[in-house]
Amino acid sequence: MSSRRSRQSTAGVSSISDDQIIELVSKLRQLLPEIRDRRSDKVSASKVLQETCNYIRSLHREVDDLSERLSQLLATIDADSAEAAIIRSLIM
Amino acid sequence: MMNTPQQVKNPSSSLKSRFITRFLGALTKINAEDPISSPSPTRIFQRYRRIKVASNKSMAYSVRSRRIWSRAMLSRFRSRRSAFSGRRSSVKTTNCTTINVTINENKTAKGGLDMQTDELRELVPGGEAMDVCNLLDETAHYIKCLTTQVQVMRKIVDFCHLSK
Repeated sequence: MSSRRSRQSTAGVSSISDDQIIELVSKLRQLLPEIRDRRSDKVSASKVLQETCNYIRSLHREVDDLSERLSQLLATIDADSAEAAIIRSLIM
Repeated sequence: MMNTPQQVKNPSSSLKSRFITRFLGALTKINAEDPISSPSPTRIFQRYRRIKVASNKSMAYSVRSRRIWSRAMLSRFRSRRSAFSGRRSSVKTTNCTTINVTINENKTAKGGLDMQTDELRELVPGGEAMDVCNLLDETAHYIKCLTTQVQVMRKIVDFCHLSK
């Protein structure tokens, strides 16, 4: 991963080390489905950020889409049994 | 409300169940206030909006003020409720905006990383005021929460289909 020097030697500003950034970026990488599967170590930070933005947008769209579907299905929900079933299926 | 035995092995499973409880509660409320008899498109649209807000709200409230992004989101909701505009979110961060400004000035020299943090800052609640470290950290958590939201909502949709 190309390391970008985002350190600024401006007075009064504490510098963030490259290592910190690299660590956080690779943490992000783990969350991104596309890059994770690619198994390449040579993903640039800028690519990770781009993928992150795309991923967040797609997640927003999914929430949107699911909200829409729920708005049509809403009448059928019985919250108590729904909750038990859902928690069970998610945690087991 | 059933009390299923929760294994609180990791905090994310209790976050998930807090979200589920809240969100289902909100859905029940929306359902009760506006039962579907003959759903007009307007009604359905309003309901969709309320559900979306409920989903984001439920997640933000489940995270509470432990995160910068959730605090930003919560104060956004609160300021929407109050009639007055101009109440900005007071988000506490360390290493604030000076870094951001300097980086922006060197856009051509810096290239990718800094220009794209701009884009990211718009997507993550409260992102404008965060330094790069906080931004990346908050982003990771925000993504985890969004995927939880999506996962739970999908399950609810499946459940609705099943119980038809």
